[in-house]
Amino acid sequence: MAEQKRGKLKIYMGYAAGVGKTFKMLEEAHRLRAAGMDVVIGYFESHGRQETIDKAEGLELIPRQKIEYRGASFEEMDTAAILARHPAVCVVDEFPHTNVPGSPRTKRWEDVEKVLESGTDVLTTMNIQHLESLNDQVWEISGVRVRETIPDWVVQQADEVVMVDLTPRALLHRLQRGVVYKIEKAESALKNFFRESTLVALRELALRQAAHEVKQRITQDETRALPPVSARPHKPRRIVVLVTADPRTAMLIRRARRVSDFLGAECFAVAVQPTGDVSGLPQEARESVERHLNFARNLHIETRILQGDDVASTLVDFGRRNRITQIFITRPRRRTILPGLSGDPAQRIVNMAKEMQVVIVSEREPGT
Amino acid sequence: MTRELRRRTPEELLREVQAEEAGAVSKGHLKIFLGYASGVGKSFRMLDEARRRRERGQDIVIGAIQPRLSPDVRGLLERLEVIPLKTVDGETAIDVETIIRRHPTVCVVDGLAYNNPPGVRNRARWQDVQELLDAGIKVIASINVQYVAELRDQVKEITGKEITETVPGSFIKSADEIEIIDAPAEESMDRTPEEEVETKRRQERLSKLRELALVIAADVVDFQLHQYLESHGIKQRFGAHERILVCITPRANLDEMLEEACIVADRFHGELMAAYVKQPGISQADQLALDAKLALARAAGAQIEILEGDDPAEALVQYARSHGVTQLFVGHSQRGGLARFRGSPLDKLIWEGHGMDVRVFPQ
Repeated sequence: MAEQKRGKLKIYMGYAAGVGKTFKMLEEAHRLRAAGMDVVIGYFESHGRQETIDKAEGLELIPRQKIEYRGASFEEMDTAAILARHPAVCVVDEFPHTNVPGSPRTKRWEDVEKVLESGTDVLTTMNIQHLESLNDQVWEISGVRVRETIPDWVVQQADEVVMVDLTPRALLHRLQRGVVYKIEKAESALKNFFRESTLVALRELALRQAAHEVKQRITQDETRALPPVSARPHKPRRIVVLVTADPRTAMLIRRARRVSDFLGAECFAVAVQPTGDVSGLPQEARESVERHLNFARNLHIETRILQGDDVASTLVDFGRRNRITQIFITRPRRRTILPGLSGDPAQRIVNMAKEMQVVIVSEREPGT
Repeated sequence: MTRELRRRTPEELLREVQAEEAGAVSKGHLKIFLGYASGVGKSFRMLDEARRRRERGQDIVIGAIQPRLSPDVRGLLERLEVIPLKTVDGETAIDVETIIRRHPTVCVVDGLAYNNPPGVRNRARWQDVQELLDAGIKVIASINVQYVAELRDQVKEITGKEITETVPGSFIKSADEIEIIDAPAEESMDRTPEEEVETKRRQERLSKLRELALVIAADVVDFQLHQYLESHGIKQRFGAHERILVCITPRANLDEMLEEACIVADRFHGELMAAYVKQPGISQADQLALDAKLALARAAGAQIEILEGDDPAEALVQYARSHGVTQLFVGHSQRGGLARFRGSPLDKLIWEGHGMDVRVFPQ
């Protein structure tokens, strides 16, 4: 069998439920169908909104599969059925969705990956708050820790990211009229994610991300099509993140990932242990370090465990040998007055890193 | 990128609040649809909103519509009341007098950036719209990003075209609501290789305008967010917009810091600032070095702030926090080792600068 050309991915990006992502996606589906394309709906969530239900009319729907879990029945997208049907274009709502345990794949974006590999184009929807590298900023803005996230590289792979915009005022009106959620659910939604200032800030985040996605795609096209024009090429940027058992490491990794993506830098994550592996750590710390290394790998960051007794000198030495330009570390926990009392290597790293920059990343906290 | 759309001084703010209070009686409400090219669907989106408002019982008229219309837009238009443009010496303008006499709740103006023909009271259409707003009429208007006056140079760089009909950024910024109409630059079809190259260039130009439109919309939204937070007495700053503050000292190795800061500001569509804390008894040589560095930062497009305070670190952190800084760039000489580090300004910055990243440059 000839190798399949990978399908194209188009993401409709919004900043809250109810801005019209699904509606806009279905509009495009109808347009493609009218142009003679073979379009199916692989998964679609109406949230009981009549306008959206009407919009799906006339499009072929692939029935969901039933999955039994703990005595209850759940419905998920039937990826196998979509692959068997092999349409030209498939519509898949709620890109960041996590499948119920027992499904063939954990995440919907992994299902979408399969569909794309089979040569089918995919239209999908997501909100900005589900982008992994923005998790801490979303927490700062909304006070909500979003659990269902999509690694940034998955979004970067998309051929197009389209911003679906609606003013917060219009959204709040829709919410009050009960268009977005049923009235009783709307009351609580209004209090949490839908506070006006939260909406405005999330919207700004989405607009800037959309601008970034456009810019990145222009740059990609330029680098592919043209020889470098700038007289002085930028020195390659290389970022290393210090991985520890500290729970703030996840935030540190996200931030480093985001900065590397925006600057076009390579990114590494390293832990330092006397044994060169995690075996010497107490169980809890070992699990944390392993979890953080795993998290970094899922974001496409290369990881290592370095052997060394002294974290600061081992890390700086690694930096020197690998032409690292920036070291990312967390802020010290406690301010130390007396030398030698602190187990935190931040100050020593700053003092030793004579050839590279050190970025001390601060945790973001939601306001009251 | 568009500094003038961003931050106001406290004095400006006060003036705005006063102006707002003075004019609060019956000022209309302005909603702008922002696009980056014709054909992205602004007209349809506006008229569709007009249809929905009419179905909900609002009194709405169309004050201006673009000359070339797609069939679905024409379909929408058929069920709406249109007040035709008036013709002066063969050129057209909004019929402000008729609209004000008719006094609808909402008036739709498709295409804000037109100059009026001579003989019409206002020079440009956006001034007509201002009159409608002043008369207490709500206006829904559309504009493409290339017609924002402050972006003329950037647009010329992208498209090679000089734009003569523009709308001031302050008018766009004054909108109560702004909504972006986003769509990817058209996809290329089967074309000859020559056409393919031309299509690619066109797409790239359109993508750059699209990026610009998204950033302008974000800037206006950022401005509205500030207003909202301030009017509600909320001190919290959100890191939705990256703001880089470069700390200048006479001995700082500013070249590298500024180069990095410019790249970061560019890639993140962020804002670039530089600050210096006045120090008593500074030597003449240091003062000269400092002046040269401030000039350098200014030339790089940074907004410069000269701060005062007995404790430089505290002055910087306070300024950074009140201005929503997300990244602080600071130099550090490793001379003196750990003993000198503890309690040093850098130590303090790192310790006090929670909520922002501190990037330390060796020098």
